[in-house]
Amino acid sequence: MPSKLTPEELKQELLKAYPAKVARKREKQIIINKHKDPSANGLPTTNEVLANARTIPGILSMRGCAYAGCKGVVLGPTRDILHIVHGPIGCSYYAWLTRRNQTRPVSDEDPNFMTYCFSTDMQEEDIIYGGEKKLKKAIDEAIAIFKPKALDIFSTCPVGLIGDDVHAVAREMEAKYPDVNIFGFSCEGYKGVSQSAGHHIANNKVFTDVLGLGDLKKPGKYRVNLLGEYNIGGDAFELERVFEKCGITLQATFSGNSTYEEFTSAHNVDLNLVMCHRSINYMADMMETKYGIPWFKVNFIGAESSAKSLRKIGQYYGDQELIDRIEAVIAEEMPAIEAARATHRPSLEGKTAVLFVGGSRAHHYQDLFHELGMETISAGYEFAHRDDYEGRHVLSSIKVDADSRNIEEIEVHPDAELYKERVTPERKAELLAMGIEMNGYEGMMPEMKEGALIIDDLNHHEAEVLIEKVKPAIFGAGVKEKYVIQKSGVPLKQLHSYDYSGPYAGFKGAINFYAEIDRLVNASCWGLVKAPWQSSPELSASYAYVG
Amino acid sequence: MSTKTKLITEPGREVTQDACRVCAPLGACLAFKGVEGAVTLLHGSQGCATYIRRYLISHFREPIDVASSSFTEETAVFGGKANLLAGLDNISRQYTPQLIGVATTCLSETIGDDVAAVLRDRVPADPEEKCKVLNVSTPSYSGSHADGFYRAVRSLVSALTEETSEVFTQRLNVFPGMATPADIRWLKSLFKAWGLEAVVLPDYSDTLDGGLWDTYQRIPSGGTSLAAIRGMGGAECSLEFGHALNPADSAAVWLEECRGVKRLLLGAPVGVAASDLFFHRLQALTGRDFPADLSAERGRLIDAYADGHKYVSGKRAAVYGDADLVATLALFLLEIGVTPVVCAAGGPVSAFREVMKGLVPDFEERGMEVLSDVDFDHIEQATARVGVDFMIGSSKGYKAAKRLGVPLVRVGFPIHDRFGAARQRLMGYDGTQRLFDELVNTLLSHTQEATGLGYSYM
Ligand code: SF4
Ligand code: SF4
Repeated sequence: MPSKLTPEELKQELLKAYPAKVARKREKQIIINKHKDPSANGLPTTNEVLANARTIPGILSMRGCAYAGCKGVVLGPTRDILHIVHGPIGCSYYAWLTRRNQTRPVSDEDPNFMTYCFSTDMQEEDIIYGGEKKLKKAIDEAIAIFKPKALDIFSTCPVGLIGDDVHAVAREMEAKYPDVNIFGFSCEGYKGVSQSAGHHIANNKVFTDVLGLGDLKKPGKYRVNLLGEYNIGGDAFELERVFEKCGITLQATFSGNSTYEEFTSAHNVDLNLVMCHRSINYMADMMETKYGIPWFKVNFIGAESSAKSLRKIGQYYGDQELIDRIEAVIAEEMPAIEAARATHRPSLEGKTAVLFVGGSRAHHYQDLFHELGMETISAGYEFAHRDDYEGRHVLSSIKVDADSRNIEEIEVHPDAELYKERVTPERKAELLAMGIEMNGYEGMMPEMKEGALIIDDLNHHEAEVLIEKVKPAIFGAGVKEKYVIQKSGVPLKQLHSYDYSGPYAGFKGAINFYAEIDRLVNASCWGLVKAPWQSSPELSASYAYVG
Repeated sequence: MSTKTKLITEPGREVTQDACRVCAPLGACLAFKGVEGAVTLLHGSQGCATYIRRYLISHFREPIDVASSSFTEETAVFGGKANLLAGLDNISRQYTPQLIGVATTCLSETIGDDVAAVLRDRVPADPEEKCKVLNVSTPSYSGSHADGFYRAVRSLVSALTEETSEVFTQRLNVFPGMATPADIRWLKSLFKAWGLEAVVLPDYSDTLDGGLWDTYQRIPSGGTSLAAIRGMGGAECSLEFGHALNPADSAAVWLEECRGVKRLLLGAPVGVAASDLFFHRLQALTGRDFPADLSAERGRLIDAYADGHKYVSGKRAAVYGDADLVATLALFLLEIGVTPVVCAAGGPVSAFREVMKGLVPDFEERGMEVLSDVDFDHIEQATARVGVDFMIGSSKGYKAAKRLGVPLVRVGFPIHDRFGAARQRLMGYDGTQRLFDELVNTLLSHTQEATGLGYSYM
């Protein structure tokens, strides 16, 4: 039964088991959503959330490390950059992309290194005497066999500590192999507080060492990049289909179904579309400064949101031909959407969801649930920052702490030759009047109802309390949460890897998702499950060392 | 997916391409899951804990808690003591565990954090305390997940087992190694039926293959109790399954040396011969007869071997994974008439060839290649060179099997592309029976698919 607790009572339930110091911190990360005056200029329009803060030792967080954000998220989905992980074997093995992100080489000759997992597999002597020699040899071997155009090196925790300089190695090896672009990432797992640090590190390096090196211009009148789309479950394939139908050219996607060459030529566009704001906003900002390419936020999760995002592109160009074509595409796609909704909505309407995932998905997926008549009553990100919750207008008020200061902010200047202003300030104002905010993101909280519980960096303990007290119809999170949630009779939909199904983006994706949620929420097995809850006793810390 | 095979032929290469082993702390997490009321804390950055949880959870399809001391850059530079203590405190408040197993990661080992010293200094060694804390050193740059597993089991025994002068006959310690939950459950019921008081360590048969919770459980119930571990010194003997495990990492060796409990080392009872040996040992220990239903199971298995021989006899296989499992499966394969022409241990197991030579003295004449410390590229190369009818091992061999066009029988860790890994049964006559059935069916299905003729009678 849905909880009768007020949001405040629920919050107190979540905090109950913590020692005072931990409770004080978590209290700032568990927020009851409240809308303030939307006209407040530059001021938060919602309550403030403590985000991008350190995870407390001993609290079972969903978060991964900087290396995971750099290798696994941003660079991993690019098929023809050969990735070498410098470190002991585990880190490399765990980030082996064996299903989550998909890619589609254009021919048999088109290289695809994604299913491989290369590691220097450091041994004790490498830790003691340094691993640079081994790394160089590994690069020699990888180049001899695979002949990649580009090769990158990812540092795991021990690397930084033993003083291996992956950048020096990259430079040296690049001098040896002038035809191969070789670059390294200092993405040791202890940097920052989550994957987020790794996204930033990845953005920086791709920007300085890859972007602008090529001059590919894919044919078409309207050329754009899609940033922060990682082709989970084939999402990018569906978006490619829709874009093509609309006559919009996707120059580069960062980084679902992408190639090195597309990255090198990503500056040859009129517009950047930002999907996952958290992982890639740095790139969008840097490209604007250097090349004058403006960006705006899009969301292709949900049929309505997809239509809205496409219309924004049409309005940006202001070209009637494009606007008409987009409308025609939407009109063509919508009947199937309506039909699917008519099938699935009746058995889902009025039910609730909670979403704890990633740095944008907890926001994006609310639209899909909304289309099914389901409300998201509690949500939070794993590694987002305040701007992803409250909107970018709070950026200037975010204090830079020690963990963020460790991550390089690179200085970018307009490129003497390539900078070109795409939209004048006047045009920006016009667009804003049409509801298109350039460089803007309003965040998740303004779109959620008042009273919804926002929980940043939800942990295992809180997930358990939540499920016990709230009993949503579905829980959207990752595999780490999956089985503990399902043990209590609530289905969990994996929104990182989609349980290896999908796509869910775009129009066809929405149809898939409606059917999927119906199938999961109304699965016959839940009829056999009952979970009488009882509260767990609270006890104090006490332990003894025994060896 | 590009299907081109690109094999590295150069010997002694440095780059590891598609590893066939995971890292040591994962093994420790698995071992601690088999102790009642235990939680693992990985000392290092949280990425390791998150990855390891993900890998274990995807295999067992059960909730698995692994906490981390969540290093930041500062911690990495100045040491992890404060984080470790804060971590212990927070776990103990949230979970009220009976035991916290602290396992190190590459990071804390690299900076040289002395976990034992921190714990000794700061945590009172009060036997009345409700929560015990122990530590195990598991840097991944030496050894694999299997080593981490054995070390953690040994640390449990060496930290907890009390000295005793009493010896209880009919009491047995059993160290099954990285067995499946279903096999552990089978072992327990077998001992019970035989009237033996056996302590199986670890026992994750409930914690990693549990039912739905009718009451909420902060730490899933089940696991070897601390009291049982404390009493292991009073057993008549310790049965340890394994072929290749390092004596320095063996819990049974420790018990023999420090508590005077005789160690009996046996291969895991998979196959008729290995099961026979196991049951005869039990018979000798208890002085009690083989239960009649076991004889019937044995009969059925041999009958199945006879019925299935036309599908398997004379075939060739590549077996890969953890050294102990590889040795166990190689013996089983030989028993059913299959030559394991490639026997590959993914971890750095020093004397693996010698171990295999001890088990199969004429392995060279039989054309078996025995490899250790190899990755999937090495395995694929060796397999391509000699040619096989099927591969047997974890899910990670799928890519190689697919490229080589041979079927894959999934056994071991990790199994991420099939359902029911926790319930896989290999041990005893009936466990072997299931493995044999699956193997034959895999070959049949492959033949059926390959002919494309639509036969439904094989
Ligand atoms: S650092 Fe070591 S312990 Fe952590 S994931 Fe990597 S190999 Fe495993
Ligand atoms: S060692 Fe560091 S880089 Fe590797 S998984 Fe652990 S936290 Fe991440």
